[in-house]
Amino acid sequence: MADEVVLLDFWPSMFGMRVRIALAEKGIKYQYKEEDLRHKSELLLKMNPVHKQIPLLIHNGKPVCESLIIVQYIDEVWNHKSPLLPSDPYQRAHARFWADFVDRKVYGVGRKLWATKGEEQEAAKKEFLEIYKTLESELGEKPYFGGETFGFVDLSFVTFYSWFYVYENFGKFSMEAEFPQIVAWVKRCMQKESIANTLPDQKKIYEFVLKLKKIFGLE
Amino acid sequence: MVEEVKLLGMWASPFSRRIELALKLKGIQYEYIEEDLKNKSPLLLKYNPVHRKVPVLVHNGKPVAESLVILEYIDETWKDNPLLPQDPGDRASARFWARFIDEKLSAAVRKVIMGEEREKALEEYFQLLKMLENELKDFFGGESLGYLDIAAMTVAFWFVNVQEVVGVEPLTEEKFPILDKWICKLQDMDVVNECRPPKEKLLPHMRAHVEASQSAPK
Repeated sequence: MADEVVLLDFWPSMFGMRVRIALAEKGIKYQYKEEDLRHKSELLLKMNPVHKQIPLLIHNGKPVCESLIIVQYIDEVWNHKSPLLPSDPYQRAHARFWADFVDRKVYGVGRKLWATKGEEQEAAKKEFLEIYKTLESELGEKPYFGGETFGFVDLSFVTFYSWFYVYENFGKFSMEAEFPQIVAWVKRCMQKESIANTLPDQKKIYEFVLKLKKIFGLE
Repeated sequence: MVEEVKLLGMWASPFSRRIELALKLKGIQYEYIEEDLKNKSPLLLKYNPVHRKVPVLVHNGKPVAESLVILEYIDETWKDNPLLPQDPGDRASARFWARFIDEKLSAAVRKVIMGEEREKALEEYFQLLKMLENELKDFFGGESLGYLDIAAMTVAFWFVNVQEVVGVEPLTEEKFPILDKWICKLQDMDVVNECRPPKEKLLPHMRAHVEASQSAPK
């Protein structure tokens, strides 16, 4: 039986991008469905009633939710090539720990950077710099967070690259000046086809954010 | 080589107790180190510099932090009595609901405790709890205790105390019959009872915690 894979997603979502990269790495054919998050489809509401969020993978009619859970699912089902997680349990735990850190810390602080003003924004900037400093320290001298090869933590974090221009612009700092190792790492990752072909252009994301700010009156 | 397993934990922490239960279910010998969270030990700061939280599992000198990450590590390292299901779809589902407990359900409980618009907060909490209950068979893991049952201990023995701590409508057998049956089953299990704080000790601890957070500057 042919596998039927559908991805409900939203093009600027760094969470959705993770799944797109994973699918590309594994060479999986799938149907992409763009969601309008202000008018969510029946399918999304039915398949993810708890969170009503993208990304949502539907594999042979069964839904899988939450980007990092979807990535692990993809890795376990299509285990014939391009492993996304290491095989050693301790390294897997290390990868899960840092992917969880990215999940819980990186999105929120980035959002505050462009969605707030004044004191709140200043506080967000301080927190942002601290979090990225922690990540840069974890990367260290390694070519990838995963060591010699691109892995789970790299996947969880690299998708924020599309948003770097937004952060720099609203935070008024340079990623390259503050975090040269992270920028070098990103450039290394962008040499991978699956990533270069997936990540939207930074300027497009910036225009999207400008539109969002207008819609939500955040100017 | 002799396995050396240490667990840095705290008696009232549901996250820490999850690991105790997992280790006991797997029959793993370990050394337990109680942490004073108001006065964190150099050992804790060394083994979990990023979050400085318990639990931390230290296996042959190598630390693993974050309770759900630790549970998977234990399951992958000691393969007898598997905690997670075999099927990838079932595994994804178990992981999803564990995160649901720790994020969405937890946030809802916090809102109930904090007291603003309590009626509405309680209704939302009950709605979310119903979604979790719908996943329950005999156990979340099917016929026996598994990863999600271990994670859901937080609901069985901590969240249920919220009603007594803040004085709201309790989780009744009528409202949540399946959940109630599951909690009763857990209460009958020696291995579970060894891994949870006695209610008479936990309740005052939770009350003190709630009072402290309610009077803290916002």
